[in-house]
Amino acid sequence: MANIYELLRGTKDSSGNYQKMPVIVQGITGTFGSLHAKMMMEYGTNIAAGVTPGKGGQKFEDKVPIFNTVKEAVDATGAKISIVFVPAKFFLGAAKEALEALDAGIKLLVAIPEHVPIRDTMQVLDLAKQKDAIIIGPNTPGVMIPSLIKIGIMPASPFKHGNIAVLSKSGTLLYEISNALTKAGYGQSITIGIGGDPVNGTRLIDAFEMVKDDPDLKGMVVVGEIGGDSEEILAQHIIDTNFKKPIVAYIAGRNAPKEKRMGHAGAIVMGTYGSAESKVSMFNKANIPVGKRPNEVAMLLAGKLESKD
Amino acid sequence: MRLLEFQAKELFGQYGIKTPKGRYSKNIEEAREHAKELGFPFVIKFQAPVGGRGKAGGIQIVKNQDEFELKYPQVAGMTIKGEKARAILLEKMAEYQKEIYLSLFLNRSKRCYTIIASGEGGVEIESVKNQTIREVGLGDVTPQVAEEVAKAIGLSGNSITDFVDMLQRLSKLTVEKEAELAEINPVALQKDGSLLALDGKIVTDDNSNFRHTEMEKYQEKTELEERAEKSGFTLVELEGNVAVVGNGAGLVMSTLDMLIDNGGKAACFLDVGGGATTESVYEALTLISKMKKVKAILVNLYGGIVKTTTVASAFIKAYDDKLIDLPVYARLMGSESEKSKEMLKPTKTKMYDSVEEAISGAVLGVSKNG
Repeated sequence: MANIYELLRGTKDSSGNYQKMPVIVQGITGTFGSLHAKMMMEYGTNIAAGVTPGKGGQKFEDKVPIFNTVKEAVDATGAKISIVFVPAKFFLGAAKEALEALDAGIKLLVAIPEHVPIRDTMQVLDLAKQKDAIIIGPNTPGVMIPSLIKIGIMPASPFKHGNIAVLSKSGTLLYEISNALTKAGYGQSITIGIGGDPVNGTRLIDAFEMVKDDPDLKGMVVVGEIGGDSEEILAQHIIDTNFKKPIVAYIAGRNAPKEKRMGHAGAIVMGTYGSAESKVSMFNKANIPVGKRPNEVAMLLAGKLESKD
Repeated sequence: MRLLEFQAKELFGQYGIKTPKGRYSKNIEEAREHAKELGFPFVIKFQAPVGGRGKAGGIQIVKNQDEFELKYPQVAGMTIKGEKARAILLEKMAEYQKEIYLSLFLNRSKRCYTIIASGEGGVEIESVKNQTIREVGLGDVTPQVAEEVAKAIGLSGNSITDFVDMLQRLSKLTVEKEAELAEINPVALQKDGSLLALDGKIVTDDNSNFRHTEMEKYQEKTELEERAEKSGFTLVELEGNVAVVGNGAGLVMSTLDMLIDNGGKAACFLDVGGGATTESVYEALTLISKMKKVKAILVNLYGGIVKTTTVASAFIKAYDDKLIDLPVYARLMGSESEKSKEMLKPTKTKMYDSVEEAISGAVLGVSKNG
């Protein structure tokens, strides 16, 4: 699989700095897309081109060229990363276009839309597999390496560069917990939003695999929630691979009623499938403490990091 | 959406999956007509989106008119796992030698559909023994795979042909209706070897509703839930008296968890979505004002991009418009929080620096006034 760090920061230049990798914004002229394109640019992300069919030739904020198709945008910029802001019902088309753009195509697609039908996501994932591309989302806040690149809709303020990887199904809990980590002196090496949908392009286990070999990684925080069994599978994988760096977790929805969708399409307990008890007990089995409150997570991590020293 | 048994069976009918003859009703007058048509004996079945109806007494055999007059109102008046009956299904009984389990299920972590089948059905899936599991990609099942499954669960003779047919029809339904789960439990293996769907559970992908207008009639939403959805919110009504409001599903779930951990009881889960604006918070307060049981509102907003003053303005407007007269316990994360506190001083809104403090405030406030 494509390497996420290589995609996000390229290689170091002669003076030891990472490159500013070009990013395409699909749906750059929409209300949501334009707001966040601007905020990503303010953060320092190299927004190299936008795509809006019918608006090719125009410029966004007087400098970013807009193209009618992803293919043209890729041709002009060499971008391998795209962030998609189109409405859910147009996601399938937009994602296909991105993955099929040229032979090279987009290798990292960050899918922001909420309410994408599962069948559409599954079709996009099939194509992504053939093209060896990473899909993050749908219904994700995005991915970022603090201080270097932000591809998503997260506010900048909670995050600070450091050595803790944060993987989260929830957007606002990602901000909340990262903010607490930052305040406690634990910056983040990378944050990956898994998204709240039933089917995720990058599952918790995939995100874990993407970040686990980073030599600078000191610890990991996993923010899960009720629904599905990706937390259980991650915990089992951590046991099986004997991963030793400190990991702490949080699970939202312990007191949620069964058989009700709690805001996220994926946050639903069916019978015992997806229950918080199952997730917490698997994490405990993997020696991963689970916070009862988001604010407890930073403390638990501190405990883990110190006991290691 | 989760279909009720009689709705699932209606779809089974459309797809040629055989079910016992049945009629659903909303009142006993309707049901009396159905009883005449079906003839005794038959079963009356409580219709609500819950499992374990049989155990709770929601499925009753009736042999004659007297039993019917007695048992219909009993079953119709039940509450099972907090759910009232949406309808009552009268259904002819089948004679059979064996109960089979069959479902097509979206395995989220494997990101593919799986067939789950067993020759020992009739119990909840967690207790189904000797499961045969096959992964089938996007949900299409070939006759070869269906036949393998039939043999694996011990079927023989004409039952195999019947099973292959039933599974392929279930697969077509799953794919076309975009179901996350299509379950027949139990399938009755009748004396002549043919198969009959005795129960049905279908859960479809809500995000695909826009291309399934034919399914709209199955949508079961309260007026408030519907109104919330129009505003792009998610509202789940609960039994308690503290309305829980926030932005982002994870954050609201965690707030609900902590409220209940601290002895509070949630009246609802209300997620206003990733962002928060004066308008969205005002609309959320409007919805809550329509819930009589609410004694306090607990607000937990992480406004990374939003200014807290934007949200505070919504509270002030809601009090000014006499929309609410309830105490609000709020934790607003974001810029300008000192200014917001100042703005809210003359109102019944209390601002806290942490969600933990806001929850303590709400729990204490409700117990004092309750």
